[in-house]
Amino acid sequence: MLKRIGNHAIDDTAVRIAEANYPQPKAWTLEYCPPVYESWNIVHIGMLLPEAHQIYVCADNCMRGVTMTAAEMGQADRFHCVIIEEKDMLYTNLEQITIEGVSDIIGKLPAHPPAVLVFTVCVHHFLGSDIDYIYRELEKRFPDITFIRCWMDPVMQKNHRMPDVTERAAMLDVVPQAEPEPKTVNILGADLPHDADSELMSMLRGGGYRVQELPRCSTYQDFLSFGKAALNIVTYPSFLYGAEQFSNRLGRDMLYLPPVFSYEEIDRELETLAGAVGVPVPNTADLRAECERALAQTQALVGDTPVYLDYIAHTRPLGMARHLLEHGFRVERVYIDVISAEEETDFQWLRHNHPDLMLFSTIRPKMRVLQRSESNALAIGPKAAYYADTAHFVNMVEAGGTWGYTGILKLCERMRDAFCRQKDLRDHVIRKGLGCESLI
Amino acid sequence: MKESYRILPVYAGDVSGACSALYELGGMTVMHDPSGCNSTYNTFDETRWYDKESLIFLSGLTDMDAVMGNDKKLIADIMTAASEFHPEFIALVNSPIPFLNGTDFPGICRLLEKETGIPTFYIPTNGMHDYTEGAAQAFLCTAKRLVEPSSEVIPGTVNILGMTPLDFAAPSSAGRLKSILEEAGFRVLSNWSVDTSFSDIRNSARAAVNLVVSSSGLYAAEYLYKTYHTPFVIGIPAGCFKDRVLKALEEAERSGTNQTPYMMARPESAAEYTMIGDPVIASSLAAAIELRTGKGTCVLCPTEITKGLLRSGDFRIVGEEDAEAAVRSAKTLIADPMYRLICSGETELLPLPHLAISGRIYRKEYPDLFSPDQMSLKEIV
Repeated sequence: MLKRIGNHAIDDTAVRIAEANYPQPKAWTLEYCPPVYESWNIVHIGMLLPEAHQIYVCADNCMRGVTMTAAEMGQADRFHCVIIEEKDMLYTNLEQITIEGVSDIIGKLPAHPPAVLVFTVCVHHFLGSDIDYIYRELEKRFPDITFIRCWMDPVMQKNHRMPDVTERAAMLDVVPQAEPEPKTVNILGADLPHDADSELMSMLRGGGYRVQELPRCSTYQDFLSFGKAALNIVTYPSFLYGAEQFSNRLGRDMLYLPPVFSYEEIDRELETLAGAVGVPVPNTADLRAECERALAQTQALVGDTPVYLDYIAHTRPLGMARHLLEHGFRVERVYIDVISAEEETDFQWLRHNHPDLMLFSTIRPKMRVLQRSESNALAIGPKAAYYADTAHFVNMVEAGGTWGYTGILKLCERMRDAFCRQKDLRDHVIRKGLGCESLI
Repeated sequence: MKESYRILPVYAGDVSGACSALYELGGMTVMHDPSGCNSTYNTFDETRWYDKESLIFLSGLTDMDAVMGNDKKLIADIMTAASEFHPEFIALVNSPIPFLNGTDFPGICRLLEKETGIPTFYIPTNGMHDYTEGAAQAFLCTAKRLVEPSSEVIPGTVNILGMTPLDFAAPSSAGRLKSILEEAGFRVLSNWSVDTSFSDIRNSARAAVNLVVSSSGLYAAEYLYKTYHTPFVIGIPAGCFKDRVLKALEEAERSGTNQTPYMMARPESAAEYTMIGDPVIASSLAAAIELRTGKGTCVLCPTEITKGLLRSGDFRIVGEEDAEAAVRSAKTLIADPMYRLICSGETELLPLPHLAISGRIYRKEYPDLFSPDQMSLKEIV
């Protein structure tokens, strides 16, 4: 039984979309972290690189989170760390502890891995550490190892790039130039494999293309062969920065085709893809009709049940909310802290057409003490599920690898399943990295 | 190299220790750290999120605020939150970047206290120490700032000092310890700090004796002894060692002298068992084993606060290399199961899951150290 501190109104935690600021509905203040952990972090992402090891160089408290992430996913043997102490910051230097610590760990490994993702941290920035010197020295000592220059620098993330964005870019940085194979494409997408049933995959298969993506790599060499792709298709916003650099460096074409909900936008993406790879556009009228049937069937089942959704479930939460509202669902809440520039159109549409839609912060302090709904709401995404305190939820992060019309069909299927079957909220949402192994 | 870890996780950090210590006391704890850094504590080092509310927040420090010394935002955000929640106290917890740029936490605390009228204090962490140091500093600040001075002593009463889920993760632990003490005729005035309240803590100065159940409780015990002359006993009443602790409590109350009952005569034979853990907990369990079996037990302490807490022949281990060398010849190792990763195949491991190292991995197997019959050690303690 939850021992409560008191009852609090929602005034400070939520705002009608009609009155919400863009892109940040509520200003930054103190932050609360709800006990919901299913999104992927930099450790999970790094583990997608087969055979590679990760070494973090940071203080104990910062290290704890990443070392336990690796341990919980059963990958402790590919994760190593070097602890920074006061003396390293005040009396000696971070370059020395970084170089010697990484070298010491590599020396203890039974065999050299082909690649090591080294994560330097906030204090390296603040002390002006000579990062190039660190890597020059490491590369001199271990010429057989590729060092991937990553950062765990959350102090930079509000004004610069997120650590996962720079990590993805750093990984692509080590892929060598190669002769492009015209029938090979990379999908630089979410951390879960792209849905093999999607129209995007069907079109590529139909055109005889070989598709490479990080979650399906089984060897480090598979990853290095990304340099052979003639085209890079980005489906996840966090890969965009790295993919642009990668494509420019290798002189490859790049398409940005994120999972979206508007039929017109899906069609535009399919046409863009078709033009780039020389395959016909599928019959989208049939796909639309199928989606309409699935949405109608789902809405009939769900009825007036309130629907809450969050930004963890999908990179287009407002697009999802709009699409569901357009199809008669009673979407009441979206849990979101910052609205992506990609969603400005949907934000404006929702302001005008559904002004009472509530945008809830996930991190403002009052979210800690706000009475969770204890509702029978149908939630989409783990944070929405947690705050709704519902057993009926679609357990999904990063769109679950879905895309396009099939993405909408699969979402409907999962909503129906969530409506009919209860899940143990507390057992699901506390696990880190949905889709990764979890030892807890 | 002691700073490098090939495979073992690091122990929970000082920030987690401080937050854990203050979790139930009705205050508002603010980590001055970048966004996302609270997830470490929330995810791996705290078991109470779903069952007990708390006010533990993060400042969301940015590079620009750190570089420009913009403490105004931190102060304004805390004042806003304080006006909404009316906490009993405000505690600020430091992390590496504010430590590096020399943020004036005592000054910020003075300002906040003046403006809000709420007791406000700084826990001197910096993210570079382990949880025992953070919790110990938090308990020390609690003793200094929150305990109501009193010259009255209530006979037969005891405070429990140093209990957090980081060391005592089984939910039944606090209740079972309380029962043990009550069955022995003591009344528990406060538990620092599980299943407790702000008012319990306020009344702590009236206790006849303090029981230090982990190294995290030591600094507060020493302060309360110096300030209120409350004697303390170091040890946990577990297994065959229980009666020694209870007798020590009586003796401490009677004589006013501090007691560490596990500093007793030990078997002279070579150690049969090796145990890794907090010095107070592991030494108490080792004493129980020695009383029960007559076989020696060597304690290896991987955490920072050890001064005066280790028995002769026991020692501190720093980092994975030290641990690996120390357990190499162990016949039977009693430790968190993560230590299996550095044991030889010939070492038998008796698992004693410890949240402060393995986090949630063994969350269904946390031992209640006060109910030895439920532990892997039931045959020997």
